[in-house]
Amino acid sequence: MHDQTLTQLARALADGEVSSRELTQTLLGRIERLDGRLNSFISITQEQALAAADAADALRAKGQAGPLTGLPLALKDIFCTNGVKTSCGSKMLDNFIAPYDACVVEKLKAAGTVSLGKTNMDEFAMGSSNENSHYGPVKNPWDLDAVPGGSSGGSAAAVAAGLVPAAMGTDTGGSIRQPAAFCGITGLKPTYGRVSRYGIIAYASSLDQAGPMARTAEDCALLLGAIAGHDLRDSTSVARGVPDYRAELGESLSGLKIGLPREYFGDGLAPEVEQAVREAIKVYESLGASIHEVSLPHTHYAIPAYYVIAPAEASSNLSRFDGVRFGHRCDAPSDLIDLYKRSRDEGFGSEVKRRILIGTHTLSEGFFDAYYTQAQKVRRLIRQDFLDAFEEVDVLMGPASPTPAFDLGANKDPVSMYLQDIYTIAVNLAGIPGISVPAGFVGSRPVGLQILGPHFAESQLLNVAHQFQQATDWHQRRPALAEESA
Amino acid sequence: MMQWETVIGLEVHVQLATKSKIFSGASTAFGAEPNSQACAVDLGLPGVLPVLNEQAVAMAVKFGLGINAEIPEVSVFDRKNYFYPDLPKGYQTSQMYHPIVGAGDVEISLDDGATKRIRVHHAHLEEDAGKSLHEDFHGMTGIDLNRAGTPLLEIVSEPDMRSAKEAAAYLKAIHAIVTYLGISDGNMAEGSMRCDVNVSVRPKGQEAFGTRAEVKNVNSFRFVERAIAFEVERQIELLEDGGTVVQETRLYDPEADETRSMRTKEEANDYRYFPCPDLLPVVLDRAYVDHLRSTLPELPAEKRARFEGELGLSAYDASVLASSRATAEYFEVVKDACGDAKHAANWVMGELSGALNRENLAIEQSPVAAEQLGGLVARVLDDTINGKAAKQVFQALWNGEGDSADAIIDAKGLKQVTDSGAIEAMIDQVIADSPVQVAQYRDAEPDKRGKMIGYFVGQVMKASRGTANPQQVNALLKEKLDQA
Repeated sequence: MHDQTLTQLARALADGEVSSRELTQTLLGRIERLDGRLNSFISITQEQALAAADAADALRAKGQAGPLTGLPLALKDIFCTNGVKTSCGSKMLDNFIAPYDACVVEKLKAAGTVSLGKTNMDEFAMGSSNENSHYGPVKNPWDLDAVPGGSSGGSAAAVAAGLVPAAMGTDTGGSIRQPAAFCGITGLKPTYGRVSRYGIIAYASSLDQAGPMARTAEDCALLLGAIAGHDLRDSTSVARGVPDYRAELGESLSGLKIGLPREYFGDGLAPEVEQAVREAIKVYESLGASIHEVSLPHTHYAIPAYYVIAPAEASSNLSRFDGVRFGHRCDAPSDLIDLYKRSRDEGFGSEVKRRILIGTHTLSEGFFDAYYTQAQKVRRLIRQDFLDAFEEVDVLMGPASPTPAFDLGANKDPVSMYLQDIYTIAVNLAGIPGISVPAGFVGSRPVGLQILGPHFAESQLLNVAHQFQQATDWHQRRPALAEESA
Repeated sequence: MMQWETVIGLEVHVQLATKSKIFSGASTAFGAEPNSQACAVDLGLPGVLPVLNEQAVAMAVKFGLGINAEIPEVSVFDRKNYFYPDLPKGYQTSQMYHPIVGAGDVEISLDDGATKRIRVHHAHLEEDAGKSLHEDFHGMTGIDLNRAGTPLLEIVSEPDMRSAKEAAAYLKAIHAIVTYLGISDGNMAEGSMRCDVNVSVRPKGQEAFGTRAEVKNVNSFRFVERAIAFEVERQIELLEDGGTVVQETRLYDPEADETRSMRTKEEANDYRYFPCPDLLPVVLDRAYVDHLRSTLPELPAEKRARFEGELGLSAYDASVLASSRATAEYFEVVKDACGDAKHAANWVMGELSGALNRENLAIEQSPVAAEQLGGLVARVLDDTINGKAAKQVFQALWNGEGDSADAIIDAKGLKQVTDSGAIEAMIDQVIADSPVQVAQYRDAEPDKRGKMIGYFVGQVMKASRGTANPQQVNALLKEKLDQA
């Protein structure tokens, strides 16, 4: 049961082979047995989960079940969840019980899904290894010495280990795609504006986007259909109809033009990763696609531009955590300044502080034009690179990450950690959608193939990923841990 | 002795009269229980997002059109970052670089009836902060976030004013425009209009501006004049003693009637403005702006010109009557009901305004409706009642003793007696009852008689209970007394 896809479980529920309560109990049991070693959950919401499962079963009994009714999943702890601790991986919000549901949570509840809990993450979504969590690092189910990637590391690890069939993540610079690659699952970052950001604790508002993490592209399509759409509460969400993302899943790839960005196959790319990606591309050729080399000439500016824009927005977004209304407050403040200083010093971890400092500096008088204004210009050029490339080809392909999952504690230097996101970060700056699909292994550690498409081309992207999964079985591989004591 | 010139610029914050807040659906009503009108967005809870209130945009654009300003096609919200307990998000959403209203101008009228144009640099939309409450918390501070997120239009003038009086006139002109437009209640006591004043002095004839001080918390027309007067004196004294003015923010204390230093330029915050990524740029298409233009009412300057030109009022009367929308509307109803602008103006600015002042009422609260006053003035103009009776009728209307002047005139029998037979009868009676006075009158030199006739007029009016037409009484008395 635990190794089935969401689509398979939906069928099992529909056919009465299993009830949502049974499914929920089974998975809660697995979380209890296995998550001690993974640390993928911050909160397990057993009571609410069982109540939701019973409600789903009752609905099904009345013949009112929808396609997602009764399906279990997990939520990254960045989604505000009414009545549930929503920590964002931070000591700052360890005491924060959200008084409302994020739009994504609202929609998933309305669709009848059952959330089992809140998954671990890098603090305030700042990190590429999930080592920046106040709740401790998450382990990669494929190799407990390896990181699961970040910042949605808990969601990726939980899905890979068969604790949940799917989980929600958010992606600001690669935080869905890179952990999906490291954990051997499928993760989609939709077009900016496709999914409402309302109720998602903001890291970098102009880059943040929520998306599904699951075993297959088909499952991602099912979930995207449930969470996408215009939301009046998010001015940056786009008023555009939501297609049935599964409708195009049968399209042939014959004639598909795939672009390989030269810059995504250069220095720093591990040869074994490159080899796995090249093998995957051969699969596409066999499916009738043509391969074209393209160039994204401003790629090497993406990381510097991102590390100006994202920290600038973060420094402002995180100002509300001041110890006054909610969140951590220091003991016995002597005055207002002391309250601010100590509450924030105690509540934030070092990477968060680093980014607040960077952002505060780049927005300062005298530096603003040199950093922020310049970075926004670069951002426009990067976006234009993609638009130009999509004049030539339908989709772009490359590695999701330059290396497979690295060892816990191995990347101590912030800049080398930032370079982990070299292939994912430009996608957020451009606002286009991207998906990572399992495409092989380096030793025991998975490799992810990243596929990028034009704005709002999720249907096509999902089909391109789906066709690959029809032709390969990388996405069906399960870590040994997932089969233990099952 | 050096001659000094004062240079003043104003930043006026106008609270817009939207039903809900600028970025949330919470109510903006004044005076509710603390924190009862603050929703998740106003509290700055994690994950919440702002949604721009279209009504606030429309109001800002109307203001821009009302001051002949350029309305840029695109305006952008920026974040102004600073920490303060009543600023829930740690930043204020404002417009730093691309305000919604561009350069315009406002006509002010001075005491001598002259007018002057004050340029407005721009006006931008922003959200208000909450309030810190320092009483009743045993040494702690309470935070009330009801006001957080209330839409403000900040109107920034050029340094075009040269005296405290001009500054007050400018503030009054802004007040008139926003209330005419119905975009603010203009209630300064409740903080619906607040003002920061930039003041500097320079030797007369010098072109370069002196160093300015920004005076905050100047929240009434009177305080604007007093704060500027104090500040100008302080700066001149400082300069004449060989000192220099430092650029700083000062706070006006109305109790002590002085300004005090809050912070110097060195201590000033670096607000780290940057475009708010949660809000899209506001794009106004021409059709929308043109539509708003078509809804604009006649504004004070136009009204003043019409009152003077078309209605023939004095410059002073026109400017007083046009100074507020409520007064102007009241006056126009009275004028239309009685058909005479000058009489209508005299009644509104005289009897009515005197009574309102005595009772400390605004014209909107007047117990005498404009239609009622118009009816009263009409009866004076058509000689139905005389001036004395008119005052009685006004008092009766004020006291609610009747629905209309006509009803009161009937009920009290105040209709002017113009029947000369009846008046003659009363005169004859008075002459018969006052033999001594008649004899004195008739003995007096003709040039002394004018004063002496007053006694007889008074007696006749008394006999008529004030209803006799005084001109007729006068003429007939003269005739009869001079006869013998």
